[in-house]
Amino acid sequence: MRAIHAKHRVGRRSLVFPGRPSVLSTFTVAGPMEGQGPLGRAFDTVIPDTFYGERCWEQTESKMLREAIVHCIQAAGAAESDVDVLFTGDLLAQCIAGSYAARDLAVPHFGLYSACASFAEGLIAASAFLEGGFAAHAVVAVSSHHDAAERQFRFPTELGVQRPPTAQWTATLAAAVMLGYPGSPFAGGAGRVRITGATLGEVIDVGVKDPYDMGTAMAPAAVDTLATHFKDFGVPPSYYDVIVTGDLGAVGQRIAADLLESKGLAVKDRFQDCGLLLYDRARQDVHAGGSGAACSAGVFCAHFYRGMMNGSWRRILFAPTGALHSPVSSKQGEAIPAICHAVALEAV
Amino acid sequence: MSSKVPDDAKSRYARDAARYRPRPPYLRNFLAAFFVGGAICAAGQVLHSAFVAQGLDDVEAGARMAAALIAVGALLTGLGVYDSLGRFAGAGSAIPISGFANSIVAPAMEFAREGYVLGMAAQMFVVAGPVIVYGVLAAFLSAAVRYLVLGTGG
Amino acid sequence: MDYLLAFLVGGSLCALGQTLYDRTRLTMGHVMVIFVVLGAVLTALGLYEPLIRIGGAGATIPVSNFGFVLTRGAIMHLEQMGLFGLLNGIFSQAGAAVAAAIILGFLMGLLFHPKG
Repeated sequence: MRAIHAKHRVGRRSLVFPGRPSVLSTFTVAGPMEGQGPLGRAFDTVIPDTFYGERCWEQTESKMLREAIVHCIQAAGAAESDVDVLFTGDLLAQCIAGSYAARDLAVPHFGLYSACASFAEGLIAASAFLEGGFAAHAVVAVSSHHDAAERQFRFPTELGVQRPPTAQWTATLAAAVMLGYPGSPFAGGAGRVRITGATLGEVIDVGVKDPYDMGTAMAPAAVDTLATHFKDFGVPPSYYDVIVTGDLGAVGQRIAADLLESKGLAVKDRFQDCGLLLYDRARQDVHAGGSGAACSAGVFCAHFYRGMMNGSWRRILFAPTGALHSPVSSKQGEAIPAICHAVALEAV
Repeated sequence: MSSKVPDDAKSRYARDAARYRPRPPYLRNFLAAFFVGGAICAAGQVLHSAFVAQGLDDVEAGARMAAALIAVGALLTGLGVYDSLGRFAGAGSAIPISGFANSIVAPAMEFAREGYVLGMAAQMFVVAGPVIVYGVLAAFLSAAVRYLVLGTGG
Repeated sequence: MDYLLAFLVGGSLCALGQTLYDRTRLTMGHVMVIFVVLGAVLTALGLYEPLIRIGGAGATIPVSNFGFVLTRGAIMHLEQMGLFGLLNGIFSQAGAAVAAAIILGFLMGLLFHPKG
């Protein structure tokens, strides 16, 4: 007789992870422009040019992702054979960055797609695998590449186009984290950052059609998931030291902050956005900020994870957002559906 | 099936969110387009005058000037300069014929990796194609209407 | 004086295109299509040639001139050979620009790779 009651479920859309899976290691591979940004020194590797020895950007992205995964496993002192499942996410059609990265790895692989929320989707899926006893160690890795995304979603890279100020800049980044439990032989000095719970996102479409204004399209999804999170867990925003959205950018982040405040959720003193942390918008021509599947993942690994490890923050609510349109749906006049998954982390 | 977010909520959100949307720097963009576009045209006029001075008639000088600007636009695209110019000047570098060249050369370079037939050749007109299609349609229709209204001796 | 007029007319056309681009949600591809169609219509109305007489290269370099040469070709051949000239004439004067762009596009695609 199997349990029909989802015992780790709270409220309508939230999960608690009683075993609290740990982050055992992280690794980031950043593009040259990201390397010149405010977090440049915090990335583990910065590649010298956008091709990184490959013939085309799609394969560059795969190579970055593969290196992030391999070095993340090495950083934990583990081997490929210790990884029970690998989740990857990327923006390329049919998720080829992940598939080509995984073809050289002897690791069971799941490819995910939630656009720029893929990293959170992966963290939640991996945590569920761990908590269900289906994996002892899981790796979650995501990537994005500015030029590969441009040629797929927008225009040829050498076309002289001017972007509107609401446009966001797809980050060239790959980031990987290895999850396990503190009792793992690979925990080493790490394992102090634990995943305590999550709130699953619903797809929210508020009718925004402009693919150059994804922040506006995604803000309501972030608000929906964050508000649901506080309700499901019965905690106020002040429970967390930082509430960080994925890549709403300058426009979407302000909208989301105001919408949350109007719901009586005082977030503004602790509300941050990975898209605004990755670049220096005064110096780098990225308009409303960064985006891309690896934007939130890279900022998480290079900034928030390190900050939790060195004691700057204890509790973080990490809520990457994704715009789920495609070039085809946009040309067909469909609006941009958006999603946000929230992951609660705690340093112990 | 009714939608999760009702239409009136969507239109209210569109109205509220519009207040957050930064406007493009209209004046800066206008001036950049004016000066860069104007400069390209003035340079074209210099070339045109030079061709006329060599004894070419007006039509031939114009055709050569256009070809020269296409060559310059193509070369600057190849060297990776025209996209930066476009980011600065917007329509100022897109509307002149050098921008037409950019719109053909950029996809040709971009999609060469997918092969010379199915990539480069097939994608070459991905941006300029609509200009040619609607140019031909508009030319056909306006010439036909003119013929119907004026007869041949227009 | 010719240079100044070319600068002013060409600059104004580009600034008009920029205004369309900034004030609407149109892409630059849409703006270029609008210019070509406008060029064709103005030509049939007999208004584009006067613009060229004033602006010189300022009117022949913007993409609206592509509409002008397509339409002028169609009109001229229509007058010479009747209805079939309408088809025959459209590319009669625009061929050089399209051929140059294709040949150079191919060449640049062979020689250079995008830098991003």
